[in-house]
Amino acid sequence: MKFRLYRYSPESGEKPHMQDVELDIDPVGKMLLDALLAIKAQDETLSLRRSCREGVCGSDAVNVNGKNRLACITPLGELKEPIEVRPLPGLPVIRDLIVDMEPFYRQYRSIKPWLINDGPEPEVERLQSPEDRALLDGAYECILCACCTTACPSFWWNPDKFVGPAGLLQAYRFIADSRDEATSARLDNVEDPYRLYRCHGIMNCVDACPKGLNPTEAIGRIKSLLVKRRV
Amino acid sequence: MNTRRFDALIVGGGGAGLRAALQLARSDYKVAVVSKVFPTRSHTVSAQGGITAALANVDDDRWEWHMYDTVKGGDWLGDQDAIEFMCREAASAVYELEHMGLPFSRLDNGKIYQRPFGGQSKHFGGDQATRTCAAADRTGHALLHTLYQQNIQHRTQFFDEYFALDLLRDADGYCLGVTAMSIETGEPLLIEARTTLLATGGAGRVFWNSSNAMINTGDGLGMVLRAGLPLQDMEFWQFHPTGIAGVGCLITEGVRGEGGYLLNKHGERFMERYAPHAKDLAGRDVVARAIAIEIAEGRGCGPRGDYVDIKLDHLGEKTIAEKLPGIRDLAIRFAGVDPAEKPIPVAPTAHYMMGGIPTNLYGQVVAPARFGPEEPVPGLYAVGECACVSVHGANRLGGNSLLDLIVFGRAAGKHMLEYLRDNPYPRSLPGNAAEASLARLQRWDQAGSERVAAISDDLRRLMQTHAGVFRTDAVLREGLEKLNELEGRLAHAGLQDTSRVFNTARIEALELENLMGVARATLVSAISRTESRGAHTREDFPARDDEHWLKHTLYSRAGDQVDAKPVRLKPLTVESIRPKERVY
Repeated sequence: MKFRLYRYSPESGEKPHMQDVELDIDPVGKMLLDALLAIKAQDETLSLRRSCREGVCGSDAVNVNGKNRLACITPLGELKEPIEVRPLPGLPVIRDLIVDMEPFYRQYRSIKPWLINDGPEPEVERLQSPEDRALLDGAYECILCACCTTACPSFWWNPDKFVGPAGLLQAYRFIADSRDEATSARLDNVEDPYRLYRCHGIMNCVDACPKGLNPTEAIGRIKSLLVKRRV
Repeated sequence: MNTRRFDALIVGGGGAGLRAALQLARSDYKVAVVSKVFPTRSHTVSAQGGITAALANVDDDRWEWHMYDTVKGGDWLGDQDAIEFMCREAASAVYELEHMGLPFSRLDNGKIYQRPFGGQSKHFGGDQATRTCAAADRTGHALLHTLYQQNIQHRTQFFDEYFALDLLRDADGYCLGVTAMSIETGEPLLIEARTTLLATGGAGRVFWNSSNAMINTGDGLGMVLRAGLPLQDMEFWQFHPTGIAGVGCLITEGVRGEGGYLLNKHGERFMERYAPHAKDLAGRDVVARAIAIEIAEGRGCGPRGDYVDIKLDHLGEKTIAEKLPGIRDLAIRFAGVDPAEKPIPVAPTAHYMMGGIPTNLYGQVVAPARFGPEEPVPGLYAVGECACVSVHGANRLGGNSLLDLIVFGRAAGKHMLEYLRDNPYPRSLPGNAAEASLARLQRWDQAGSERVAAISDDLRRLMQTHAGVFRTDAVLREGLEKLNELEGRLAHAGLQDTSRVFNTARIEALELENLMGVARATLVSAISRTESRGAHTREDFPARDDEHWLKHTLYSRAGDQVDAKPVRLKPLTVESIRPKERVY
């Protein structure tokens, strides 16, 4: 199979370039990660992140034929050749397919992603109805792979100011949690022309999410909560 | 050389490390976490089915019953004081996670959802218990993210994508931190700490067919072996019965807990023959052996007869969508079947290391020394899969791993606080403390004729063939000879890529060194144990032999020595559970 891989090593003195690679591999039952690791076994200078190889840890997000995906759950057979693999867009490249995720993590931290409840703790669990718990479905499953945020033009323009779809989805996860008592402060934290309102509903995030989550919908819910709060 | 100083250092950012870090971060002491991946990429994230605690939310339950099941599940090799401690602390540890925000699934009355899991009974071996607390089939993900979030809130200092190399110790044996390397820059770093916790996880990548993440390379075990400390019970590896055939990704025991069952090629529910009472929810070692036998005797499914089926379509679309959504996803992606319609092809896959770094109840690493067989190594702790406390004995029960991380992560964190109070002044680091470690790092700048990737592949195939579900003396010894050859090749290995920045080839070489130590410990310990117990099945010694082998093995690298230490059959407060035949 034919591949075109983005290569960059800051120590080499070379500019970033695309490298054509041919690999003898039977695509049946294989994922893109299998191919990238087979290429690395031949040429160990190729660098990429990987861990769980089953789509739950979020390490191996890359841009494949123009779309952000997790290499480990992208079936090789579905991809058009030459398969072009680049690092995630919109973040500084450290080397090859590895980007500096810090701008993404910083936005995640900025929404205070932890449960806030200053009430006295019961000796047992806090109760939550299955219906209230269901509100977290579609939000808590985020794996922080950054496929969505780095597919978002608003994040490309303002990575330091716009929280981005992953961060806002997590903001919603805590707003929606019946056990969390900081809804008002959480809404204050994002009510800002940049932090929240740079989202223009382009919906690249929905298309990009490898876990089938819908950040645009969650952002819409935050916006409507803000409207409700005003009236 | 750059040096950073902290009060406490945690090596590893999975569930165990983050739970301990949180305990320390809530204090006034400075705590740092070193992790070779961003913490939420740790393997805890892959845990599916749940965390076991006798909350009695669904059915009658008592921690004593959980304790009995854990002792029996471990084929009486677990230390009963540690097991009592874990089962007793379980409920409070789980409630604490809920208070932190872990999004557990819920029952209609609003309490935490619990499901049946293998090896769990009521009334000391009676009917099936419903004890495993779950967040759908993503419990590990929910747990790891919750703990990471709590650590951000408490401002734990993270060294993300730093690879720990070796322990720093002084002449009196005190552990004073680690040498590490920034993966991003390739720069070595000394991290000094008055107390250090290893929470580096398992080493399942030593097998060819494994459920484990690619990062599970036994790094903490390698560090301990190089420091001249022993490893305990390394012959005990759990093969999970239901990995997706040919891939290894896990299909949670929760599938069987929710009512799924296994079928051979004749459509027979064969577990009825092997475990008439518990059937598909017998101990994992029992079910894995049963599958291996079905396959070996020609009753496997598929064109090559090399797997069995797990059927769950009868559970209905709704249960699958609510309780097993991640499994459905994995099955569709990796096996090409929708389990709501067709069974999933499964086979045993290397899953969990029951052995590890010997510790006591407080997570202190213990080793034979001048004053006794279990003397704490001052300043050094270990928790989680890399540790052997030992609660899992010869076979771990499903749902007990996440519990182990949380209970002993908390206990170790608490004890480290005491240690810091008792040892208020830093000890000075000997000038040459990092020398050997740096030399080991520099060794990979030299050229060599052998390739790391090829040796890694050969190692995994070797362990798959020579240390799998069924073992004999001859097969194990042949494996050890092949391992000697591989070690010879490793000495001549070199990297094509000697760059500094994010050189993952160098990391893989360092990981391979750790895996080699794990493989040797496993083979040598397995040769020594001439009985079958739990997950260690010797075809040449098919029976359990309590008279000679109701004891732990302690492997030391020097001379490949295997010593023994007694199993603690005396719990803390309750009556001992005496060894008897283990039937399900």
